[in-house]
Amino acid sequence: MSQSMNVTDLERAYDRLAEAIDRTGNDSELFLVKLALLAAEALNDAERFDALIRCAGQDL
Amino acid sequence: MHQPQIVPHQSLYFPYQVYPAFVPSPSIVNRSPVAIVGAGPIGLMLALELARYGIRSTVLGAQQQVCEGSRAIVFTRRSMEIFQQVGVSGVVSEQGLPWRFGNSYYRGQRVFRMEAPVDEHDRFAPMTNLQQQYLEQHLVEAAQAQPLIELRWGNKVIDIEQGVDGAVLQVETPGDAYTLQADWVVAADGARSGLRSLLGLKLEGASYEGRFVIADIRIKLDLPTERLAFFDPAWNPGNTVLMHREPGDIWRIDYQLPVDETPEQALHPDSLRERIDAQLAMLGVENPVWELDWSSVYSARALTLAEYINHRVIFAGDAAHLLPIFGVRGANTGFQDCHDLGWKLALHIKGLAGAGLLASYSDERVKAAREIIEEAGKSTRFMAPPSRGYRLLRDAVLSLSLTREFVRPLYHWRTSRAHDYADSQLNAVNDDNQLFTGGPRNGAPLLNVRLAEQHYLFDELAPAYHLICFTDAAALDVEVVAQVQARRRQGLPIQVIAIAMNGVLQVQHADLTLTDCDNLFSTRYGVQHAGAAYLARPDQHVCARWLHLDGERLRHGLNQALGHNGSDRP
Repeated sequence: MSQSMNVTDLERAYDRLAEAIDRTGNDSELFLVKLALLAAEALNDAERFDALIRCAGQDL
Repeated sequence: MHQPQIVPHQSLYFPYQVYPAFVPSPSIVNRSPVAIVGAGPIGLMLALELARYGIRSTVLGAQQQVCEGSRAIVFTRRSMEIFQQVGVSGVVSEQGLPWRFGNSYYRGQRVFRMEAPVDEHDRFAPMTNLQQQYLEQHLVEAAQAQPLIELRWGNKVIDIEQGVDGAVLQVETPGDAYTLQADWVVAADGARSGLRSLLGLKLEGASYEGRFVIADIRIKLDLPTERLAFFDPAWNPGNTVLMHREPGDIWRIDYQLPVDETPEQALHPDSLRERIDAQLAMLGVENPVWELDWSSVYSARALTLAEYINHRVIFAGDAAHLLPIFGVRGANTGFQDCHDLGWKLALHIKGLAGAGLLASYSDERVKAAREIIEEAGKSTRFMAPPSRGYRLLRDAVLSLSLTREFVRPLYHWRTSRAHDYADSQLNAVNDDNQLFTGGPRNGAPLLNVRLAEQHYLFDELAPAYHLICFTDAAALDVEVVAQVQARRRQGLPIQVIAIAMNGVLQVQHADLTLTDCDNLFSTRYGVQHAGAAYLARPDQHVCARWLHLDGERLRHGLNQALGHNGSDRP
């Protein structure tokens, strides 16, 4: 596993994502799926992506 | 009484002919080694395959004419190679349209271009488009010219009783009904197989929700023969449209229906006209002039029987499995069934096969169907997403594909290809398969080789096992020749092809000598030294290969390939 993101960067991702969801309105779900696919491509690690899917599915 | 339609089907391009019905007379032959139920492409192809090995069959067709509408229109290279073996590839090539490119469009942009590979050593194009009626007509003519095939039109099987060593069919005709006894029955009676129902057999697998209209229209369009796929077009939001060129200025347009629409609504002339006009407008055709030839509604299913042999009844084609059309997997899979079954059933009937040979038909082809279902599921989920999740992902890919290269391969549904029987029971166990660094491995089909202008290796292949020996001697190994001759005396057909290396011109004891000009054969087959050999089954799939062949190794290889499954006889 890589090092954890620092809090400043995490806050930045938090804000950017929130703003983008607001901006994309009714298309926000499609936006999030596109983002997830782009992230999967950037991650380039199929098993880790599976683990992230499991993690995101917890405690909904 | 069975009364088939005796008015010819209507068509803009195909001259339907109504064949005379067979009605029984007191003197009819009511026994046949093989009764084939279904006179469509699969039934006829199988009859022709059996005839190549000298096996007589009776083909029962419920109708008195070939199929209504163009149905299967894309034939793969492998299907063409199978057609070649039964003598119909020439006419199909002449009439058909060869192609290799597919284009996927989204928001007016071409986001993916499929390029099917071509090899100078292949005789046939990756795909050939021809309406199924023409193929059936050519198969009917070939069957009628073959004295071992009796084709009985207008004969419908209404019941079957299976015994220990055969089955009895109850057959209705436009005249009297009769019974036909057969040692083997082949169910080639299509997607709604009557025999499957009579035997109470159930298909396993998934049916998909998405429904498509299939419409054939006649129109002059200045477009190349390439597959066109349109995702989420403005006139049919969220859905998919496919187009193919057929010979004679006929175009196949497939379009997905909105979820709540019934087939009756979809096939209403006003509905068809409005949508086809909209599709043509999207292609830039203003005020289009076209005529409808045929239309139907299709839904994707991915189903198979778990076993293709039920006592004395053998299933093939759509009677055995229903596969989604995306990737041209329907008829093309059925032809591979026939090609696998024909020689096995023939050798079994002749008493030349081990216990495992006929059983391997079911093993190999059920496995093939399950693999095809797995692949076809992927393309079907992309073409017609079955759930909210799949739709979201598909839409995300469409959107990303406008700018991102990495998602574009997801548009490429893999098309039907020659199956690889890598783990077949018929493959040799102690050969040198793993030691080869190139060439077709055990289970894969032989590679074709271009010998000269319009002359290929596959043109030379006989209905027999093929032993391909790479040699630089003037004669084949004595023990190998002795083994071949011993098998031939038992009646087993074996064709010996010598590949003459290092300047040798003629090889004694081979049925055919081909010179290894420019190391063409040895390179394609991964052979580095003389003495190597390939053994291929009569359906051209490799079942053993050796770096050094001797008589004993050939004996083992043939025993395995005949379904003796490890037993050491004969």
